[in-house]
Amino acid sequence: MAAGSPGVDLDTLQRWLRAFAASVAEHKDELTDLDAAIGDADHGANMHRGMSAVVDALDAAPAADPAALFKQTGMTLVKSVGGASGPLYGTWFLRMAPATGGATTLDPETFAKALRAGLEGVVARGKAELGDKTMVDALAPALDALDAALAAGESLADALRAASTAADEGRDATTPMVARKGRASYLGERSAGHQDPGATSAALLVAAAAGSVGGAVAEGA
Amino acid sequence: MKKLLNDPADLVAESLRGLDRAHPELRVDHENRIIYRADAPVSGKVGLLSGGGSGHEPAHAGFIGPGMLDAVCAGEVFTSPVPDQMAEATKNIDSGAGVLHLVWNYTGDVMNFDMAAELAAAETDTTVEAVVMNDDVAVEDSLFTAGRRGTGAAIAVEKIVGAAAEQGRSLSELADLARRVNDNSRSMGMALTSCTVPAKGSPTFDLPDDEIEIGIGIHGEPGRRRVPLAPAHEIAPMLVDPVLADRDFTGGDGVLVFVNGTGATPLLELYLMYGEIAALLDKAGVVPVRTLVGPYVTSLDMAGCSVSITQLDDELLRLWDAPVATSGLRWGM
Repeated sequence: MAAGSPGVDLDTLQRWLRAFAASVAEHKDELTDLDAAIGDADHGANMHRGMSAVVDALDAAPAADPAALFKQTGMTLVKSVGGASGPLYGTWFLRMAPATGGATTLDPETFAKALRAGLEGVVARGKAELGDKTMVDALAPALDALDAALAAGESLADALRAASTAADEGRDATTPMVARKGRASYLGERSAGHQDPGATSAALLVAAAAGSVGGAVAEGA
Repeated sequence: MKKLLNDPADLVAESLRGLDRAHPELRVDHENRIIYRADAPVSGKVGLLSGGGSGHEPAHAGFIGPGMLDAVCAGEVFTSPVPDQMAEATKNIDSGAGVLHLVWNYTGDVMNFDMAAELAAAETDTTVEAVVMNDDVAVEDSLFTAGRRGTGAAIAVEKIVGAAAEQGRSLSELADLARRVNDNSRSMGMALTSCTVPAKGSPTFDLPDDEIEIGIGIHGEPGRRRVPLAPAHEIAPMLVDPVLADRDFTGGDGVLVFVNGTGATPLLELYLMYGEIAALLDKAGVVPVRTLVGPYVTSLDMAGCSVSITQLDDELLRLWDAPVATSGLRWGM
């Protein structure tokens, strides 16, 4: 990473969360339709309720630093979403919080490390592995791409774009998979041929990061 | 979508308001969406907590009361409640004897109850045990998936463990009993139609008029396979055979047979199905000594049924027959 590379500040992180909330609202019906095919037709409504609560919390009580922001976001999601998405997305942000080390501005490596901690939390909570047709199938390749791009000296903006592309590819790759976790697993072979709704919302989360965090650091560079 | 609604987003909250008015023997915490028996915590008794998504009425709130559950947490339609709710309920039904979580095996429910137990342990000195109920034989390869679903057998578990809790049995004894009833139970369900989740507004899956789903869960999720619509006497073995293939029910002191309606199937048809099922059990040497027929674990407006069989012994039979006073099950008092 080049010296003086811009970091990710609190404002930028809030923009990321708001962008994700807006994206979930926009794709609400798509997420629900995907879930109706192999689950129980509530992923869009649940994520929309959760991210609306996250935005309300941002408006009501701005967090003091990134760790507090992630903790507040995680707690809000756990409280408001329910289902499997609540604990999983909640755990993602709750685990990101301590990984920031209390910094007010996250350098790219710290931001990537926090995202990695979030993924590890999701894997521990959901016990899903790569290829189980879950959100892990979008998040894991995204973070691998992010780490690889940063290690190669690319800017955070470029690295997040690479991550978003990898998340989209991971999401698309869930279509032929047979689900081994969550409600879709009850369908067995019949779950194949459908894109996983969790991987789809996870790809939106990474895309929102590329758009807002990546955009902000690119402007600042 | 044609439903008795104001706004789909308010359905659960407004239904709980009506439940509260209809049942003064219950206490409803509307903010946290927890329903308690009004006299909870009951001194000296282990608290029994269950819950899950809404849309399964009378499960779960219909099984709160003397001889069954102390509280349930209500989630959104088909969505698990959240850890804060469960932790709050756990705290409020603990008389000092501990709290047993009776968890229906669905990914979200299990994760949220796990987090609730962590919260309860961190914030209070309540002792919590959890038993996961998983009786649905439609889920094959259960070692590689989220496992078998919790379906109709939960009613047997909650009733039998509820009776034992009234006798003052300890938390660990009740947890063992819950596991035993669960292990003794198997279920299989089918759907004639899909159901309509109010927030979605259209049926969860398209099921042509001449096809049925075999091996459904309780959330309108499609089943294992789709077959042509057939007469009831041909559908009954599609449910009974996998159940009997999975466990030997010929010994002991007979079985409890529970024929459950999924919401939109009339009792007239459910009793017809029970007749078909009983005839198959007779042929297989399985002896029904107790029967429950009716819509107890529904999937909104889905038409269909499930069958659950629980192996009984002398003790389980006495606990099943013990008095119960809930809006869903009521006898002996």
